[in-house]
Amino acid sequence: MKTWVYVDHFKGQALPASWEAIGAGKNLGTITALIFGQNIESLAKEAFEHGADEVLLVDDASLADYRAEAFCASLSKLAMGASPDVILLPTTTRGREMAAMAAIDLKTGVMVDITAMELQGDRIVVTRPIYAGKLLSKETCSSKPQIITLRGRAFPKPAPQAGRTGTLTKATPALGEAEIKSKVEGYSTSESGVSLIDANVIVSGGRGVSNNPALTPPAGLDEKQAEIWRAQQGFILVKDLATVLGAAVGASRAAVDAGYVPYSHQVGQTGKVVSPDLYIANGISGAIQHLAGMRTSKVIVAINKDADAPIFKVARYGVVGDLFQILPALTAAFKQRLGK
Amino acid sequence: MKIVACIKQVPDSAAKVVVENGRVSWGDAPLVINPWDEFSVEAALQLKEKHGGTVTVISVGGETDKEAIKHALAMGADDAILITDPALTGLDTQAIAQVLASAIQKIGGVDVAFFGRQAIDNDSGLTPSQTARLLNWPALTLAAVITLDGTRIKVERSIEEGRQAVSADLPVVISLVKDYGEPRYPSFMGIRKAARAEVPVWSLASLGIAIPASVISWPDIMNPPSREVVCEIISGNSPDEIASVLASKILAEKVL
Repeated sequence: MKTWVYVDHFKGQALPASWEAIGAGKNLGTITALIFGQNIESLAKEAFEHGADEVLLVDDASLADYRAEAFCASLSKLAMGASPDVILLPTTTRGREMAAMAAIDLKTGVMVDITAMELQGDRIVVTRPIYAGKLLSKETCSSKPQIITLRGRAFPKPAPQAGRTGTLTKATPALGEAEIKSKVEGYSTSESGVSLIDANVIVSGGRGVSNNPALTPPAGLDEKQAEIWRAQQGFILVKDLATVLGAAVGASRAAVDAGYVPYSHQVGQTGKVVSPDLYIANGISGAIQHLAGMRTSKVIVAINKDADAPIFKVARYGVVGDLFQILPALTAAFKQRLGK
Repeated sequence: MKIVACIKQVPDSAAKVVVENGRVSWGDAPLVINPWDEFSVEAALQLKEKHGGTVTVISVGGETDKEAIKHALAMGADDAILITDPALTGLDTQAIAQVLASAIQKIGGVDVAFFGRQAIDNDSGLTPSQTARLLNWPALTLAAVITLDGTRIKVERSIEEGRQAVSADLPVVISLVKDYGEPRYPSFMGIRKAARAEVPVWSLASLGIAIPASVISWPDIMNPPSREVVCEIISGNSPDEIASVLASKILAEKVL
């Protein structure tokens, strides 16, 4: 099968799910990696080392920043010329959008955010979570190319082989700058920290992190401000443990809706769906829409004062107790054991 | 300005969704407007409030799928269109995008078509960009902030690395993320108005299009394998003792 993999990157830094897609594509046939951007030839070397046999490189000033129409037009044009059987992309904001639009150009369909795939004849049958993982759906596509986006961390990342190389082909972009209707005005990058989607470990906080009775908020705050102040103190404990474990910080919808932390931290059906190796839930009761977003985590640990909280039903280890005492003690214990 | 908000009706996010006898069931959970689409309606209303115009809600669904539309009307949308046709059941996102693009063209003169980032049932998140592609309009997806200056619209997109600011001339498709800000609650007057509203129903024939081709099929739908976890409750005489035992258990799992 003629298999293409789109390598998603931000300013020349590949997102790990791109390499996972190359690894997954290896079972289908020889891999052509597509890399679009400006001054991104070093990514070609990385793609070969991660298993690409060929690289199609479009290096142009008009592709310096991701713009949906420009990137999609180049993908569609190349695919029309070469007729791949399958195009794999990582399920990133860019990958999902390019897949969606290329499917229109190529008169085919997209199987999005899949967690497994198998070959049946010349058709790929995928498995993808729907209803935020409350159900699983098998899907297949009757036309070609079969465009598929792969959920991050659902497929193993191949180990890079230093010095592995392949054929590098350069192509020109489909659109000239004058034909591109949108313009990138700039960026503001988020607070530094581990991204939830890529994280091996996530430490999360819920409504419970605002309930520390031992704290006295500064004078002059109204009730709501005092609650948020308490919650922020609670989230410092969550972040401290996350720092020691090299983890990302997550939150329940209740914590986000109450204004404790920004929405980018929300785990759940209307937030991010995550599947880390370790998920530590603090003061999270485990509403169904939160469980949907994290229940496939390998090991779940719950710390909650309510022994009947539903979160304990999915947890491997639980502590029924005061998170304001347990969490700092756990941070200290890991600091010592991990030598940090 | 002529503003459109595309919405979908879905089972409530608190619903326990299961497969029973090969069919998806959400028990007696209510059907509601897709939560992401509330942001779409909110953004449409705010754009209208700042720059004038009308907000029309479009939904593709069954004759009974009017709860979502009523909610959007109660929030303040001016009017709504329900597109329904027996031929529309079980179509893929490409086909639905064709229907929406045709409806937007039939309305005519639309400046902005808003969408939520994805629907919480199918979770595909493809329809906004696909509709934009069919209309040949720029897709400004995952918008957290929207500003309009004359005919130039700028959005701040929420991406993995933070925010990307992108601008384009109208008409455009915009999809919304939750960072946009809380959608308003329907007002009492709005609810009364919505209850009385006559919602025109369009069929594929009235859109003047054939049944769109659907290439994705769903051979099976399943409940996820149940997780047989037994929760081991860690207890001890002090927080330090509990923490120490818990740390040992976690380290033994070799997940760090």
